[in-house]
Amino acid sequence: MTENRGHSSSDAAVPYDFGGPWQPSNIELARQSARKKRNKRNALIAAASSILVIGTLIVVLVTSPGWISLRDTFFKWAYGVEVLPKIILGFGTNVTLTIIAGSSVAVIGLLIALVRTSRSPALTPFRFLAMVYVDVFRGIPMLLVILLIGFGIPALQLRGVTNNVLILGTIAVIITYSAYVAEVIRSGILTVHPSQRAAARSLGLSHIQTLRHVVLPQALKRVTPPLLNDLVALIKDTGLISILGVTDAVRAAQIQTAKTFNYTPYVMAALVFLAVTIPLTRATDRMLRKSLEKQNAQWQA
Amino acid sequence: MNQPVLKVSKLRKSFGNDLVLQDISFDVPEHTATVFIGASGSGKSTLLRCINLLDSIDDGVINLDGQDISATEVNPDAVRQKLGMVFQSFNLFPHMTVLENITLAPIKVQQVVKDAAVAEAFNLLERFGLKDKAHQYPDRLSGGQQQRLAIIRSIARHPLLLLLDEITSALDPVLVNEVLSTVRDLKGEGMTMVLATHEMGFAKQVANEVCYLHNGKILEWGEPEQLLEAPKRSETQEFIRRVHAAGRL
Ligand SMILES: Nc1ncnc2c1ncn2[C@@H]1O[C@H](COP(=O)(O)OP(=O)(O)OP(=O)(O)O)[C@@H](O)[C@H]1O
Ligand SMILES: [Mg+2]
Repeated sequence: MTENRGHSSSDAAVPYDFGGPWQPSNIELARQSARKKRNKRNALIAAASSILVIGTLIVVLVTSPGWISLRDTFFKWAYGVEVLPKIILGFGTNVTLTIIAGSSVAVIGLLIALVRTSRSPALTPFRFLAMVYVDVFRGIPMLLVILLIGFGIPALQLRGVTNNVLILGTIAVIITYSAYVAEVIRSGILTVHPSQRAAARSLGLSHIQTLRHVVLPQALKRVTPPLLNDLVALIKDTGLISILGVTDAVRAAQIQTAKTFNYTPYVMAALVFLAVTIPLTRATDRMLRKSLEKQNAQWQA
Repeated sequence: MNQPVLKVSKLRKSFGNDLVLQDISFDVPEHTATVFIGASGSGKSTLLRCINLLDSIDDGVINLDGQDISATEVNPDAVRQKLGMVFQSFNLFPHMTVLENITLAPIKVQQVVKDAAVAEAFNLLERFGLKDKAHQYPDRLSGGQQQRLAIIRSIARHPLLLLLDEITSALDPVLVNEVLSTVRDLKGEGMTMVLATHEMGFAKQVANEVCYLHNGKILEWGEPEQLLEAPKRSETQEFIRRVHAAGRL
């Protein structure tokens, strides 16, 4: 009769101890070992196919007729290592700019999104201006904005206005990105269901309290992955202000290339950008996948 | 007798050209429950939303606790502090834990000290059998538990009047009972309520007065036994018969 009660039946003192430590049954053990075997085989297949594909690519590249000159022009590693410190120094400018522009954009973008989603009649003119602003700066190539502000403002020769191209370039980046980020945040605010507002208001929360405690936390959580995408794009786009003569990583590479007519510094600059953007992109992807999984789980529930 | 907690007179409400409520008048005395029944689209939710000032009205007067809350100079946020509202779709805050859902309004609106608000929330959770869920997020609760949480959230602020809008219609029949018994308990404690419901059996148990809403008008009203078992108007008889046929009595 006690045959079928599992491991605890052997313990005479507590014949019904169902809370005892769980031991996997033989069926489960068999399943686990089968799963392990299958994972091992999958890993082997993945490794073999990767070696095959990448190996073929390398062989094709190295045996192609132009390989030697290509290598000497773009992949002269000794030269690349030599210029790397200058490029990294320049990249410091890109990082600083990303931090300053990124935090300003977060604040300005949020404010614009709040204005655009507000219903207050007092804000009507601001709502209109915000809409025009967003439409205009999302519709112009950022390079043009940088040129207009970076070269145009000094040309005005206004007193008390800076001619520092680094500052002007940063302002151009902030203006353009704020328009993008405002739209992302606005779309997040719009996805919060009106019933959430109704519930908050019915609890006596004011309009501002409802935004602060109910709408924005949900909206910002939803748009975090796309905002991280924009951050990655911002890091890359800071390279554009090199056009104004700011010595960032791109400009540093350009200076070296102009001296030697060898393009390896550009490749090194690209690698420096990738060292930062790839980990960020991966992290963003992982976050997006997780939030999607969570949403799917909610829909199924 | 005391003045009624809620007194609605000649309320009228339309959305554009769509007249949704007209000539609505009723009183809700203290410690009583008034139940609105009626077909889908008859205006039950709109009526509750008007009382809560979530929708504006076209005409008439709404008096809460002796104050004309339909007057233009009234601050809706102040009025809503006296009202509790529970929605058909729960409308819990998904980014907050059970405890935070309950304490948000007491702390932020009524300026209750956090420790006191938390202690009170635990009392309520204990009373309604949700204490072990205090630190979970709402999506981890069953539908019935979510709706009970929504009720707790709305009574944690000690409202004068509780508005309940078809709070069981999104629930499995099995879960309906646990929510209904919660409402019965509140009624027993003297809570004044206005309900919209499709649950006739429940209406019979808690209602002091039942109003039958038909195309935006109160067509018939009375004590639950009378209205639900021997309605006078043919429209009411027809409605009750259809509810019978659907097995909701
Ligand atoms: N925001 C709105 N704008 C326009 N029309 C509305 C709005 N809200 C409700 N209505 C209309 O008002 C009428 C009454 O709706 P209401 O939601 O009050 O009905 P109900 O009695 O609660 O129905 P149910 O039992 O289905 O919940 C319906 O015809 C509906 O289409
Ligand atoms: Mg309704």
